[in-house]
Amino acid sequence: MNPVLKLLIDGGSLTTGQLAQVAGLTEAEVNQHLEQLRREGIFLGWRPVLDLSREAAAALAVRAVIEVKVTPERGGGFNRLAERIARFDEVESCYLVSGGYDLLVFVRGASLQRVASFVSEKLSTIEGVLSTSTHFMLRCYKEQGFLLGADDSQTQRLNVAP
Amino acid sequence: MSTDAQRWVASHVAGLPKSGIRDFFELVAKMKGQDVISLGVGEPDFVTPWHVREAAIYALERGKTYYTSNLGMIELRREISTYVERHFGVTYRPDDQVIVTVGVSEALDLAFRAFCNPGDKVMFHQPCYVSYHPSISLVHGTGIAVPTFASDNFALTAAALRAAWQPGAKILMLNLPCNPTGGTCTRGQLEEIAAFCREKDLLVLSDEIYSELTFEGTHTSIASLPGMAERTIFLHGFSKAFAMTGWRIGYACGPAPLIDAMMKVHQYAMMCASIIAQEGALEALKNGWDNVLRMREQYHRRRDVIVRRLNESGLPCHLPRGSFYAFPDVSATGLSEKDFSVGLLQHHKVAVVPGLAFGENGRGHVRACFATAYDQVIEACDRIDRFVQGLRQ
Repeated sequence: MNPVLKLLIDGGSLTTGQLAQVAGLTEAEVNQHLEQLRREGIFLGWRPVLDLSREAAAALAVRAVIEVKVTPERGGGFNRLAERIARFDEVESCYLVSGGYDLLVFVRGASLQRVASFVSEKLSTIEGVLSTSTHFMLRCYKEQGFLLGADDSQTQRLNVAP
Repeated sequence: MSTDAQRWVASHVAGLPKSGIRDFFELVAKMKGQDVISLGVGEPDFVTPWHVREAAIYALERGKTYYTSNLGMIELRREISTYVERHFGVTYRPDDQVIVTVGVSEALDLAFRAFCNPGDKVMFHQPCYVSYHPSISLVHGTGIAVPTFASDNFALTAAALRAAWQPGAKILMLNLPCNPTGGTCTRGQLEEIAAFCREKDLLVLSDEIYSELTFEGTHTSIASLPGMAERTIFLHGFSKAFAMTGWRIGYACGPAPLIDAMMKVHQYAMMCASIIAQEGALEALKNGWDNVLRMREQYHRRRDVIVRRLNESGLPCHLPRGSFYAFPDVSATGLSEKDFSVGLLQHHKVAVVPGLAFGENGRGHVRACFATAYDQVIEACDRIDRFVQGLRQ
């Protein structure tokens, strides 16, 4: 695996300079790797991981996950509809899934009404969408690998030990 | 009340030096809250993987709060036997050749108490883990330190062993990979050591607690060499590779009569290891290998960073093939290892351990544990560099 990619995945929030030291490369080489990964469409971009229950981060704090049933189309299957839904700004992630429904859509909005109107006016009115089932998220316990609340790093390890 | 309580302390305990690490611990403790980066620890920075913790919680919920067999739960001994066979190539019967102990430290203590008569001579390579020599003294044995050197990457050589050997030597204590040096032996070097042990009829106590953290090549256990299993006690545990230091769980494997002798001491002194820790260890062996590999990969990269940076700063440091310790030579700075450590701590807030804590042959070195996050390792290296460059001016 590309050494920079490996570190992006498990290295935490290292700066380019730190990435370079850990990977044993120069900063210029790390930037080249990043550029290459970007060109190949593997590395898509940076996003902060926030605790959205905190007021300071609450601008777009209402989130919902929507189960969507759609009618697949001859030739394109689910792709055309899925891509169309994914383009809305409100949609954070969109997956085709196996099971009782077809698409799992994660949306985010400034208020409950905004999200609700997105579902009723935009999403469910698309031709081919058969039904939606919306689950508003009430509380987050783990966000993309980060535990909220009890954190393992708050340990009282001794500073010096044999 | 008499103030002279000291008179009740046994003379061989009173004469035992306190661990050199203790003094340094006090010094670091005084700097609490001052942004100290500690490279002074002897344990992983990882918390025990959740699946292991969860298994222990589940065991508690099911009411597993009782004693186990003295030797340890048979399910755990079976898993240990399978694990040791797979990773070390030695076969031990779960029924009578494996004993579960309270950390590898207890296993070591049991071995010394079971095999060492007063006055018996025990050889050990030095620099070494702080407890080896005191443990020998506690059973009234005589320790013979065998030096290892940076020029050999701190591998133990048969030549050094032969030079240090004295008539009456009975036991050889090994710790490869080694705390504090990270030194290991090649298979060839181990074969020479094994031949020497057979020639001199030595019993080998092999503490292989860091063996999973071998970065280049594969680890070879001396017990797996021809004619060695019958004269070796294989000592191991979960603290380092599985990040389970606080659980205090380890084990020993060896010939049945020797394990039986250790079991006698264990049953009177300890009864059994904690059942909760045994349940955690069982889960670790069944499902923990992926996490071991993940952690090892991170230690490997951190090692490469710290060793490169220390050398660039003018502190010669061999590449430790195993463990999570770098052991640079700081004598070029003109400071003793103690003054270097104290200066680095007070002026640049990085804690390392003076090498003399690990025996006379640690003089001129410090131990820097790289089991800490990348950004901390890098920041510590930056500070060490500033300290060393400052000393030059």
